[in-house]
Order: sequence, then structure tokens, then C-alpha cells
Amino acid sequence: MGATADAIRRKLTEAFQPSVLEVVDQSHLHAGHAGHRPEGETHFDVAITSDAFTGVGRVERQRRVYAVLKDELAPDRVHALALKARAPGEA
Amino acid sequence: MTDTAADTLPAAEADPVRAFIAKTVADYPVVLFMKGVPEQPRCGFSAQVVQILDHVGVDFVGVDVLQDEALRQGIKAYSDWPTIPQLYVKGEFVGGCDIVREMFAAGELKPLLTEKGVLAA
Repeated sequence: MGATADAIRRKLTEAFQPSVLEVVDQSHLHAGHAGHRPEGETHFDVAITSDAFTGVGRVERQRRVYAVLKDELAPDRVHALALKARAPGEA
Repeated sequence: MTDTAADTLPAAEADPVRAFIAKTVADYPVVLFMKGVPEQPRCGFSAQVVQILDHVGVDFVGVDVLQDEALRQGIKAYSDWPTIPQLYVKGEFVGGCDIVREMFAAGELKPLLTEKGVLAA
């Protein structure tokens, strides 16, 4: 796991105490696409389940995650972050 | 019908990019700020949203943020949302690719669009 993935995992764990957290580096799937860099860590899939999202709308959930990952989402770092933010019990 | 509104930038405004965005989302009921155009998206996430909007059969306007770096950054600030694509319905920010996909999968997208009066029931 790379440094950026570690940072994403650590920051999301601190901020949301998730019951489920999956951080998958998908960069290899985007080789040759915009934003891809040979060293990877440009495209991530994140699935997070946390009580913190209970009663919180979709847009607000993602805004909160983006806010926590502001440094990682800066230009020239992570190019794309696909995000599933769920409250416990949601499919 | 889909077309692009990226070539209608107003010339002289205090913040022309912001003014352009505000006018675009006011003038058009469904606007997708995307990379590329609906007929030829230049990003997989934009392509997914186009596909979903086409599938539900709603008319929308695509705005290609790759045509203008100021617009690309401006829409992020306008929506307080760091990623592209971004969907607006009746001037309201709905979400990006993840949210549009989730709403579509949950059967919530069509009801939202009909409720907003932009898609026949």
C-alpha cells in the first residue's frame, strides 16, 4: 500500500471511526488516461461505512469526506476518488 | 437533445466564470459540467453520468470544462465540490458521478427529475 493510500486510510479512520473502510488503488486501470502517473496512486476507490453518516444526505457525506482528504485531492495528487459513503445498515 | 453551452461566456463581469455558471444553471433545467461533450466524453466518470441521463431519457446540456481552465476550477469553487462531473437540476447541485450512480441504482433519480418537472412522469 502506498503513502497516499495510507494517508487516506488514516485520515478517514480518525475522522469517521468507520465500521467498514476499503481503500483500493485503481490507478493501474487508468494507465494512459488523464491524470495517471507511472508511480500510481492517482485513482482510488473508497468505500466507507460510518455512524457519522446516519441521517446525513449524499452530498453532505461526500463533502465531509472530501474536506478530510483535501490535501490528497489537491491537483497533481489524487486525480479521481470514487466514493461510497454509507451509514450502517445501508446497502 | 443535448448540446454544449460552453461557448456562451459573457465577456465583461466582475467574476465572469461565476456569472457564466450561475446563468447556465438558471437558463437550462438540467446541466452536466463534464469533461468532453455528451457525444464524446473524455473521462470515464463523465461518460457514466451521460449514459445514465440518456438512459432515463432526460434532456440535458453538457458543459465541457476542459475548454476553459478557469471554468474547470470555477465550477469546483461554485459547487464547493472538488471533482468533475457535476450535475445541476433546476439550479440545484445534485452531485457527482458517485451520487448520480447511487441515486439511479436506488431508483431515486427518475422520481427526482419528474418531481422537478424536467422529465415527464
